[in-house]
Amino acid sequence: MARLIRMDQTGHTTLAEWTAGDDAAVEAAVAAFREQLDAGYYAVVSTGEGHAEQVRELPADAELVILRRPIAGG
Amino acid sequence: MSVLPETAAVYWRPRVDAARLRRRGRGWTLSTVAHTVPFLATAVLLIALEPLSFPVAAIAVVHAWGIPALYANRGAGVVRPRPRGGAEPERTALGLLGDLIGHEARALHACTGLAPERGRLGVWLVGQAGALLVRPGGRRVDCWCVQAKPVTSEARRTDGELPSADRTAQLLLALREDEEGFATVANLAFSGAAWRLRRRLPAAMRPALDAARARA
Repeated sequence: MARLIRMDQTGHTTLAEWTAGDDAAVEAAVAAFREQLDAGYYAVVSTGEGHAEQVRELPADAELVILRRPIAGG
Repeated sequence: MSVLPETAAVYWRPRVDAARLRRRGRGWTLSTVAHTVPFLATAVLLIALEPLSFPVAAIAVVHAWGIPALYANRGAGVVRPRPRGGAEPERTALGLLGDLIGHEARALHACTGLAPERGRLGVWLVGQAGALLVRPGGRRVDCWCVQAKPVTSEARRTDGELPSADRTAQLLLALREDEEGFATVANLAFSGAAWRLRRRLPAAMRPALDAARARA
């Protein structure tokens, strides 16, 4: 089962879970995904060892989509 | 390859690449020489003119040693541990970070608090509020001050502090997205000799630097 998680003060929170065939779950995940992007989070998907890619649409076939905060120089 | 969106917030900065890093490194070396040589020359001159002035000459030598050490201390500060969160959030965050990095990196992070990551620019050691970049050859280290920020000012009040492993994971993901972009967004706090930085690092973190130098 694929998951959309957001890193936060609890460690991380699972915002949505879906499987490829479950249209309702995918739709809910897309809605949660958009809401988090609108709030300012960035979505990242691991693409092999040492690589990650930012995504702007929910990749329904990804196993794990992670929402991270923006970074800035300290 | 995706470009880190945060680079738009620092549009005036030229994008960092290996050649630019080398130039900046040379700048730091020149700056160190400019801080050190006048004090050493003063010490030599004083002794030559009047051997009894050795206490003043000694003070000049201490300055020549101390100023680069202060810069190195600032560099080491970017990876010094921050306050930890609650036990449960820390455990959850550590689980996620562990899933992102390999077995060897996980073991090193458990011992040192730094997550190693090989990149095109060198070997990175990612901490909670900054990262060290051990350049190829392992002799020079760049210290980058960078951290994950709350998404809005409202979130700054309500989000709370991230667990330490989450802070590292956020930086690691950004680094993996776009290494040069990551270095562009981050502030360079120090660039200099690895041995000088090593002396200023907390003892627990030194094995991570040693391992990164061996891999670089």
